[in-house]
Amino acid sequence: MNDLINVSASPHVRSRMSTSAIMFLVILSLLPSAVFGMIRFGFYAALLIAVCIASCVITEVVFELLMRKKVTAGDLSAVVTGLLLALNLPPSATWWMGAAGSVFAILIVKMLFGGLGQNFMNPALGGRCFLIICFAARMTDFSYDTFTGATPLAVLKEGGAVNLMDMFVGRIPGTIGEVSAIALLAGAAFLLIMGIIDFRIPLAYLLSFVLFMGTFSSPGWDMTYLAAELCGGGLMLGAFFMATDYVTSPITKTGRVIFGICCGLLTGLFRVFASSAEGVSYAIIISNLLVPLIERITVPKPFGKGGEI
Amino acid sequence: MPHLTFKGGIHTYEGKDLTKDKKIIDLLPSSPELVYPLSQHIGAPAVPVVSIGDRVLRYQKIAEASGFVSSPIYSSVSGTVTAIENRRNVQGLMTPSIVITNDDLYEEAQRLNVRPIAEMTKEEVINVIREAGIVGMGGAGFPTHVKLSPKDPQKIHYVIANCAECEPYLTSDYRRMMEEPEKLVAGLKIILALFEHAKGILAVEDNKPDCIRLLKDLCLDEPRIGVKVLKTKYPQGSERQLIYATTSRAINSTMLPADAGCIVNNVDTIVAIYHAVIEGRPLCERIVTVTGDAVKYPQNYRVYTGTCYDDLIDAAGGFKQRPEKIISGGPMMGFALFDTHVPVTKSSSAITAFLKDPVSESVPGACINCGRCVDACPSRLIPSKLADIAEHYDEEKFVKLNGLECVECGCCSFICPAKRHLTQEIKMMRQNVLANRKKKG
Repeated sequence: MNDLINVSASPHVRSRMSTSAIMFLVILSLLPSAVFGMIRFGFYAALLIAVCIASCVITEVVFELLMRKKVTAGDLSAVVTGLLLALNLPPSATWWMGAAGSVFAILIVKMLFGGLGQNFMNPALGGRCFLIICFAARMTDFSYDTFTGATPLAVLKEGGAVNLMDMFVGRIPGTIGEVSAIALLAGAAFLLIMGIIDFRIPLAYLLSFVLFMGTFSSPGWDMTYLAAELCGGGLMLGAFFMATDYVTSPITKTGRVIFGICCGLLTGLFRVFASSAEGVSYAIIISNLLVPLIERITVPKPFGKGGEI
Repeated sequence: MPHLTFKGGIHTYEGKDLTKDKKIIDLLPSSPELVYPLSQHIGAPAVPVVSIGDRVLRYQKIAEASGFVSSPIYSSVSGTVTAIENRRNVQGLMTPSIVITNDDLYEEAQRLNVRPIAEMTKEEVINVIREAGIVGMGGAGFPTHVKLSPKDPQKIHYVIANCAECEPYLTSDYRRMMEEPEKLVAGLKIILALFEHAKGILAVEDNKPDCIRLLKDLCLDEPRIGVKVLKTKYPQGSERQLIYATTSRAINSTMLPADAGCIVNNVDTIVAIYHAVIEGRPLCERIVTVTGDAVKYPQNYRVYTGTCYDDLIDAAGGFKQRPEKIISGGPMMGFALFDTHVPVTKSSSAITAFLKDPVSESVPGACINCGRCVDACPSRLIPSKLADIAEHYDEEKFVKLNGLECVECGCCSFICPAKRHLTQEIKMMRQNVLANRKKKG
């Protein structure tokens, strides 16, 4: 039987890019922010990141073993979820909060809906919102060491002034991964250059957000204010790393633009009119829920029927 | 001018360096038996006009076309008809075939009845092409005379020579163009003479700059023929994509190229037209590339139809090691062979053998909705969704999401990071839907 050769339907070649390679590149792109967070917030931030990643991977493996399914932790998607969740936690969050959020993210949001590719909302954001509901005070307490004070967004909401340079570099209170706009942008540029994420979602997100803020917020078209709103909170992290999650964003190009606009408008709505200073997580989660609808109305026209241009 | 192209498509490892500088070698069949499947084309199978025991000559008709969309078959050697029975073809099916035992004399029969081209009427030219058994030699095998008989010949504006050869590893068309470009141009002129209002286009991918130069020089004095340079991308040579790239006209699955005023023919087909109309030689030879990392001496061969694939592999020095996969054609659209004891037909363009088979190594995973298949699809479909629908066999939804527009090019399966078998799912569903429609009438 040794001289049998393989037979399969064409095509007989495959590209090198695989799911795990994509996830690995996403992890690489998050490293600048993660490392910055560790340096700024110290050892405990590193521990939180490690706890989140470990709990995500363990939850996935245990669930799959219990359900007698194929173990898929090798695709690294659970690592990405854990890392993203940790970057969304305040440095003062306890390790067990991180672990609880991770279990919720993987077990409830991802695995119970069918695992990778089937979840309807971003697991990391699901985990974060779960924690915000459970531990509202701790999740919005950004005091660190001797540094106490409101986040720049809260200051802006009260009509105060912020130092833009500090926000850009990351000398502000906030979650572990969101504080440094420059580290996030470096990672985002890497993802865009490698062709991992589509520029449409972040571009539509940020543009529509700026338009909304310029039109409806009280400072209006004040450039310093708009720049601060862009760099503040989880907007950069959300626009480039959370909203662009493949599974929970539309597959069509037009759909991605619409999705980005939804995210941008909702974020603006929450920041201007809601009681809280931040709204990125909820904006993305609500937009995630709209994805099936968006995909249905943006089926592209096929080639030869008007879709060739 | 930017090089012409279409939206979507993929870039693969080209692999053409293995054989692109290898001159075409004439190869006589070494196995005594030559096998001629009666169905080497789209349409009704040909009907044998010889019986067992008959002696036949080279260029003698052994099977007659059985309708308008059909094509006759000629013997490429002289010898004796030893069997008319089912033999394996490249798709792995047992199909009715004529088997001729070669007497190695290569005695020729009377060639086709041709007169100087200037004296022939259009009908006569098309008739010669039909009699010569010429079909699309790029792979599909659509009878060429049918293509050349559109409803309204006055409305044909472009005759496109498909010189793209976008399929990885293949160099048979490239070698033909480098070694016999004048035949290609002359063949194109024969077709152009049938359509007064048509312009000839030689559409070549930009990875063949020497070929583009050669053809441009040849066409300097041809007012009706121009060379158009295409971007190197798969599937640039797909009929719909090629028409769009060269003329900005778009056709869908319900239309023929002639509906957009175009006629597309492959390089080898056009050269076969030249051989038939000018020299009176029916179609019984073609260029086949034997290539891949498993082949000892990759090569381009001019072979007789009916020759066994084994003969070609032996001529190329056999395999370095046992290949994991042997393909008839190129890696994107070819058929995987489980038996190399199959004959060269009118549309066999290559034998590609690989030491490693990436398909069997990769395990399909879950779709992560990344959209790479959507970006790659030249037909602008959503392959991942169509494949899901195919898994659930939802005919209505499949048609609604334009599944019938698929050209089965393989881009989605190639690009999928989850290694899903998208093309295969869609292809099977599409063929089922079309078959059901036919049944319903």
